[in-house]
Formats: sequence, structure tokens, C-alpha cells
Amino acid sequence: MTNFFTGLMRLKRGPWEMLATILIGLGVFMLMQPFVLWAYTYSFITTLVGTVMFIIVSHFKD
Amino acid sequence: MSETPAARAAAVTPPSVARKIRGLSDRAIAWIFVGPTIFLLLAINIFPLMWTIRLSFTDFKANRNREVEWIGLRNYQRILTDSDIWLNMQATAHFLFWTIFFQVVIGFTLAYLINKKFKGNDLWTTIIVLPMMLSPAVVGNFWKFLYQPQIGLFNYVIGFFTGKDPSSFEMLGQVNLAPWSIVIVDTWMWTPFVMLICLAGLRSIPDYIYEAAEVDRASKLRQFFTITVPMVLPFLMLAVLFRGIENFKMFDLVVQLTGGGPGSTTELTSINLKREAFEKWRTGYASAYAIILFVTVFGLASIYVKALNKVKER
Repeated sequence: MTNFFTGLMRLKRGPWEMLATILIGLGVFMLMQPFVLWAYTYSFITTLVGTVMFIIVSHFKD
Repeated sequence: MSETPAARAAAVTPPSVARKIRGLSDRAIAWIFVGPTIFLLLAINIFPLMWTIRLSFTDFKANRNREVEWIGLRNYQRILTDSDIWLNMQATAHFLFWTIFFQVVIGFTLAYLINKKFKGNDLWTTIIVLPMMLSPAVVGNFWKFLYQPQIGLFNYVIGFFTGKDPSSFEMLGQVNLAPWSIVIVDTWMWTPFVMLICLAGLRSIPDYIYEAAEVDRASKLRQFFTITVPMVLPFLMLAVLFRGIENFKMFDLVVQLTGGGPGSTTELTSINLKREAFEKWRTGYASAYAIILFVTVFGLASIYVKALNKVKER
């Protein structure tokens, strides 16, 4: 866990990609979940942020 | 006769063309070859995408010849607060979850069985793989016949095993059964694909690992959970992502089977999008809808590429 946060602070690709992946996954889940409408409303922006983040951080160094 | 192909090509090149090419650098020649492809890519993929993004901020209707008004994020706001579209998303989620679940369980089991050496192994592989070679339109059509309450084989088989009257239920016409009918057909069609990926994973495990486990007296169950499952997992993940992306865009099979009905119980997002764009002609609204789906699929595809690279690294 500490490595993960250190990696984030040092702008390492692995942890940032992981974070972006989590955001994309969360966004897709929010889009399709049957529980609350507000989660559906904010799903697109979550997925969009995750996807844009993924494109940017995949250019970071390992 | 030691003439090389390059020399032969040079000999038949008209002098006017040869004169023009001779003065070009390697980089320029490379651009000449790559240029048409880049142009096509821009014209067919990138330009329509940019145009769709632009249209998603307008109230454009493709069947009306009137002034287009810039409405900002209103289309996105409408879609993301519409409870009907939310229901379509849930129908898609039901379809996605259960098709992937069944395809992974059955696909992995089949791959595990096929991987055991037995007589007729190759023949069985070919037979199992047959459904995925068929066109979705054909599959949709013949499953429609199989689901017929009066003459359908599916209802007859269910009736035979459960003692129910075959004509007492309608797979495609009942609200509670229709979502499962499309799950069954997609599972039937695409399980072989998951099986093939799992089989590739199983065959990539070297025998010496199992031999070492045998020497250490590890039980078959222990070998399965500590060797087979972890080593096939990246392949399985790949199959899940691939099927997930494909099923998120599912259109043809479901249109053939149920057309989105009864009501809108099997109306997946792609079907709903087509209705908005080409039946209601709300082009701007449908563009925003398409962009939402595009971003979702693009996000999933990014994870897919990452998983693919991990598999390659192994």
C-alpha cells in the first residue's frame, strides 16, 4: 500500500494506471447499477476522467 | 539469371515514374505508402467521431432542414437523468453479467476437458467451435424457431424434463423470460470463443510444473488451484474483457430475436441508440448517447490493452 502511494507521488506509471483503471471500472459500474439514479448521473464523468487519466498516465515512466 | 525482384521491378517501371521516385528520400517514400491509409483513417474514423462530438452539443435533427441550435451539455444532462435509459443500461448490465458468467464457467470447463488427451479430441473441438462461425443474423433466426412455443425444440426439451406443457410458456414473449432467452443464445454462440482462449492458456502451462507438484505430493485439487487457475487467469481476464466490450455493443442477435421486446425488457443500449437516431431522428441527442457509450467502451478497451500487454509479458 505504501509503495502504491509512493508511486503516485513519484508519478510512476503503474500506480497511476491502476488508479485510472479503478476509476473506469467504477464509472462502468455506476452506469449500469440498478440501485441509485445519482450514481448513474455521475457515471459518465467518472468514466471520462478515468479514460483521459489513463491516456495521460500511460506516457509516464515505469 | 541472377536478376533480383527489385531489379526486375525497376526494369518495368516507366522512365517518367522512375525519374520522379529517384529524387525522393526513404522517409518520403514511406509517407507515400502510409499516406492513403492515414487519409482513410482520418476520413472514416476520426472525422465522424469529431463530427459526432460536435453534434452532441446541438439539437440537430437529420430529417429536418432548419437552423441548428447550440445547446451545450443539455443532451448529456437529459440522457444521464433519464430513468428509461437507466433501465436500458440495467438490461445491458443483466445481459453482460450473465453472458460473461456462463461463458466463462462453461468455456473454462470445456477447455479443461478438451485439454485432457482423449480419442476424437480434435473432432470435438471442431464441433464445439461451430456456433461462433455462424452469422448472428442466422443464429437469431433459427433460435427464434427453436423458441417457438408450439413447434420449438427448446420448449419441448424443457417440457420433457420439467413436465411442463411446452406451449404454456413463451421464451421471447414473456417479460421474465425474454432477458434470459438472449443470454442463452449469446452463451451458446460465444462460449467456444472463451473456450479457445482458455485452451490456449491451459496449453501454455509447462508439464514440468505439474511434475514438480506431483513430486511434492500435491493433490489434484491443490494443483488445480495453485497452478492451473493462476496461470490461466490472465487469459480468462482477456476473454472477459473481450466479451464484455463485444456484448456492450450487442445489436444484431437481439434485434433478430426479440427486437428489444416485450416492451423494452431486452432493449439494450445499442438498440435504444438506433431508435433515437434513426426512428425518432433526434440526431444531436443520439450523438451524445453514442459518445457516452463510446467513452465507456474506450475506457474498457484501455483496460483490455493493459491486460493484453501483461499476458504478452508472461
